[in-house]
This record gives sequence, C-alpha cells and structure tokens, in this order.
Amino acid sequence: MTEYSGKSVFAGIAIGRLKIVRHDDSAAPVEQGTAEQEKEKFYAARDKAVAELNDLYDKALGSVGESEAEIFSMHAMMAQDGDLEDAVLAKIDAGESAARAVDEAGFDLSQMFIRMDDEYMKARAVDVIDVAKRLCGYILGKKEEEIVLDEPSILASSDFTPSDVVKLDKSKVLGFVTTFGSDNSHTAILARTLALPSVVNIRDSIDLPFDGKTCIVDGFTGKVLVDPDPKTLAAYEEKKRKTDEERLRRQELIGQKSVTEDGVEMRIYCNIGNSEDVKAALANGGEGVGLFRSEFLYLESSDYPSEQKQYEEYSRAAKLLDGKLLVIRTMDIGADKQAPYFHLPKEENPALGLRSVRICFERPQIMYTQLRAIYRASADGNVAAMVPMIIGVNEVRWVKEVAAKVREDLGKENIPFNAEMQIGIMIETPAAALIADELAEEADFFSIGSNDLTQYTLAVDRQNQALEKIADPHHKAILRLIRYAADCAHAKGKWIGVCGELARDLGLTEFFAACRIDELSVSPPYVLPLREKIRSLNAEKADADAFTK
Amino acid sequence: MKFEYVIKDSLGIHARPAGLLVAEAKKYKSAVTIEAKGKKADAKRIFAVMSLGVKCGDTICVVCEGEDAEAASAAMKAVVEANL
Repeated sequence: MTEYSGKSVFAGIAIGRLKIVRHDDSAAPVEQGTAEQEKEKFYAARDKAVAELNDLYDKALGSVGESEAEIFSMHAMMAQDGDLEDAVLAKIDAGESAARAVDEAGFDLSQMFIRMDDEYMKARAVDVIDVAKRLCGYILGKKEEEIVLDEPSILASSDFTPSDVVKLDKSKVLGFVTTFGSDNSHTAILARTLALPSVVNIRDSIDLPFDGKTCIVDGFTGKVLVDPDPKTLAAYEEKKRKTDEERLRRQELIGQKSVTEDGVEMRIYCNIGNSEDVKAALANGGEGVGLFRSEFLYLESSDYPSEQKQYEEYSRAAKLLDGKLLVIRTMDIGADKQAPYFHLPKEENPALGLRSVRICFERPQIMYTQLRAIYRASADGNVAAMVPMIIGVNEVRWVKEVAAKVREDLGKENIPFNAEMQIGIMIETPAAALIADELAEEADFFSIGSNDLTQYTLAVDRQNQALEKIADPHHKAILRLIRYAADCAHAKGKWIGVCGELARDLGLTEFFAACRIDELSVSPPYVLPLREKIRSLNAEKADADAFTK
Repeated sequence: MKFEYVIKDSLGIHARPAGLLVAEAKKYKSAVTIEAKGKKADAKRIFAVMSLGVKCGDTICVVCEGEDAEAASAAMKAVVEANL
C-alpha cells in the first residue's frame, strides 16, 4: 500500500481502479521549413484550433453548462491573441520552428500569470499552457489524446486541462488526484460541480506501474491510498457505504426549513472565514452566515486593513448571499490571534487581557473604519454587525455612538448604506450573560460565543489539553447562562443565536430548541446533520430543566 | 473619446469580462486602450487586459481613438457597465 497526501477539494470517499493519465509530450520530428513556411503552419494550426474550440464550446454548453463552456471561448480568444501572435512570429524570425515558438511563447505568457498577486489569475496559467499545447498539436499533426475509460475509474495526472475535462465521459469518473493544482484549478472546480471526492496538490507523481491498481481517495482527510491491503480496503468500503447513504439522505434537506416536528422554526447559519467560504455555506444548505470572522483581513496584512479592502470583502460575501443574512463580527484580535503591527503589550493572561473590542476603546479609529466598511456593504445585501467580548452596557452604547457617527458621515458623503442595519453583540463572558436583561435593551441581537463562554465560566484554558476532562461543555453553569440570555433576549423581542462549537453539538440541539434559540451557526459541513436533528425534535416536549437542573 | 469607471464586480476584470471587452473592442477600427493603476493595455488583446490585474474598486479609463471612436466608446461603456 502506498499513501499520498494532498489538499481535499471535495469531501467523500471514492474507491476504484486507478487510471494514470500521462500527457504525451514526445513529438514526432517534423521537418523545419523556411520562416515563411513555419508562419503558415502556425496560422493554419490556429484556424483549426479556433474551429475546434468553438466546437468544444458548443459541446460543453450541453454537458457542463455555460460557465464551464465559457472557458473555451476564452481559449479561442487566447489562441487568436495579438501578443501571442507577435511573440510566435518573432521567435520564428529568430530561427525557431513554429511548434517550438508556440511552446515557448505559451510558457512565457503562463509565467506572466503565475507572477500575478491573485490566486485566480495564477490559476489561469494552465489555460495558456492548454492553448499552446493545442496549437502545437495541430502544427505537429499530432492526434488528439483522448482519455478512454473502460470502467469507472479514479483519474490521476499532473493536472487536468479544461480540454481533458470536457471530453471525459463523466459517468465513468469516480474522483481526481493531481500532483499540482489548487482550489481554483479546473480539476477542483469540476470535482465540486460533479460532487466527486478529489485530492489535489499531492506534490508527488503516482508511478506508472500503479496504473490499474485499486485506489482509495479520502476526501475527508486528503489521503490517497494506492493498492491498499484488504483490511484497509474493507474499512474504507464500509465508510464509503455509510457516508454515501448519509449524504443521499441529507441532500434532500437542502432548501428545506429547519423546523421541529411541532412547527418551531430554527435557522441554521454558517461560520465562515472569508467571502469565498460563502459558496460552501450555500452549497451545504446554510440559510445565512451567523459568524463572518473578519480577523483574516487583519492577520494577513502588514498594516491595518483599509476601509476599501474590508468593504470589498464584505460586499462580495453579501452579494454572494443574495439577500440571506450576513453577520460580520468586528475584529477579534488579541489573546491567541496576534498581528504584529498592533504592537500589543505583552500580557500575563492574554485571554483576560486587551483583546478585540477592548483594543478599540483605546484605538477608536479601528472600530470607525471597520463599521464604515460594514455599513457600506449593508447597501449590497442583508448585513449585520456583531461585537465580541462585551461585558457592559456602556460598551454597547459606545459602539452605537461610533455607528451613529459613521452613519452621519456616510450620509454627508452621499454613500449608500442601510440605516436600519442590526448591531448585535456576542455573549461570551459570564458578565454579559448575567446582565443580558440590560444588554437586550441596547443590542439588536445576541449570539452566544460558546467557546469563550465555556473557558471563562469554568476557568478552564481551552488550549490546555491536561484540562480536557474538566472542561465539560454541557456543564449546567454554561447552559443556565445560555438559557437566561435567551429568556432576556426574547423578553425584549430580540433574537438570539449560538455560534460556538456547542451549536453543532447534536446532544444539545434539544436544549436549544427548548430555549427557543432562534439561530445556530456552524461550519458548512454540519448544516445538514443539524437540520436532520432539528426536524426530528419536538420543541414543546423538549425540557430545558433536564439540562439546567 | 474616453470614460472612467470604478469596477464594482467583486472579482475584478477576470477571464469572462476580459473576453467580453476584447470581443467588443475588436468590432471597431479605432484603437481601444484600457488604462489602470498606471498601466496601459490594448483592449483587443486578452492577455494584455488580464495582465492589468484590475480588481474591485479600481478605476479604469477606456480610451478610444480613430474614425469610429464615438461608437466604440459607447459600446465599450455598455459592456463595462453591464459586466463590471
């Protein structure tokens, strides 16, 4: 058994014959003619390539849809591009054959994309290479390589080009494994579209002798196992049977409401780390985003992120959500998440120190800039702001004052925003939970941050593994705090959610239903299991006392 | 003839709109240039347009010069506004 490891682009298990796809680069020697003749070869090849690409466009339109098909109209345009043509002609004039000129010019242009500072653009290098290969193929009179599959197979290659992909008989593909490639590669996109367990970027090539062997793709862990021993194979077959069954059952819950047997509706939102994650949230049946962690904007940059940069990110997420709620948590820097340019003082107890909104009290500009970005995004979708680490009513009032100033300024500058945008707070300190009645007067909604609430209530450092046994997340103290906060919120007509790890704990769903928690926010893969659980419950019969007394 | 535009599409000038811009520009005899971030690109060349790396929030300036500049500018503006 040989094991490889890479990045999973679609979760699930695939088991089947391994088909290794080699891109044949060996070209039959072709006599090199005069520069004029070589140029003619190039133009003739280009005409054929463009005609073929237009044909592929039509085919793809029928089989994989408009967005994948457009790749080929882009390729046709690339084949006819003036820069490519100029480079090829110059190389031919310098004494090269048409095929070599195209190959080199294509490589040069692909390098230009690889050097761009944008992941999407970097991934376009493979498109240029694909176009150059197609042109070369026609110049050399090579026969189109075709991937012939006799039986359902797992395909392995260095990477798959769009033309490989469109010609595949998709009913016979079980999964993909590639040596290179990223989340943005055509292979990754296709794997997600077709729901095929796949692993990219294993940074190793699978040796040819493995062709035809049994292969397992574990899209949960990113592992690829070739020629597994019988015991491993049996274990994976069992796992595959179970996950396939579950997935089928749960797929039916996409688009359904998360409503209990007796008609109490709860909403299931997602926790995400950037706008790209919205796609996973929607694909998994998320009804909105209950926690958009804005930290990455601060952690990734070398200085405070600008209002514009933040706005672009928030706005993209809001637009992708298309009217579904997007709750953006204001920056939660400090404690275990440090950004050097903040120059935060070293602390004995960082978890109890200067973190998140507390930094903003000293540096109000951070809050002002972020709220401006969030308010601007509120014009592009259904957006709310949420402030972490609150312990007092005066703190919420302070945030609302900053928000009022932002609204006033945006109004003066004629920049559109939603004046009614909700501003909620996180309940993640025992202090906040215990004065939830007063906080509910000021905040538009609550969201329980159960990780910090657990750590602060039980005085247990969540990163200390020695305390794992003591850190009981079902501790009555925590559940009582949540229940009280929920009662206080509802008494003032406000809604309350849970966005920490407790939200996906199926052992507590009944308790949340009993407390009439309005919303649970979880990582995308947990949405459907949670919905299934909620739909099996009876909220009227659920007894909160059983959990808190 | 020229006009300025602030990109609103969250992905910037990615492959699809770049293709649409190039296809439109090629319909006219005029020279069509896109300027952004201090760089210039021939709008009839897809690699040049994509290599500008124009992102959401960037301002582009589209310049049309030639006998049908007026028509070209109006058409480019329509494509830009509809797709970016």
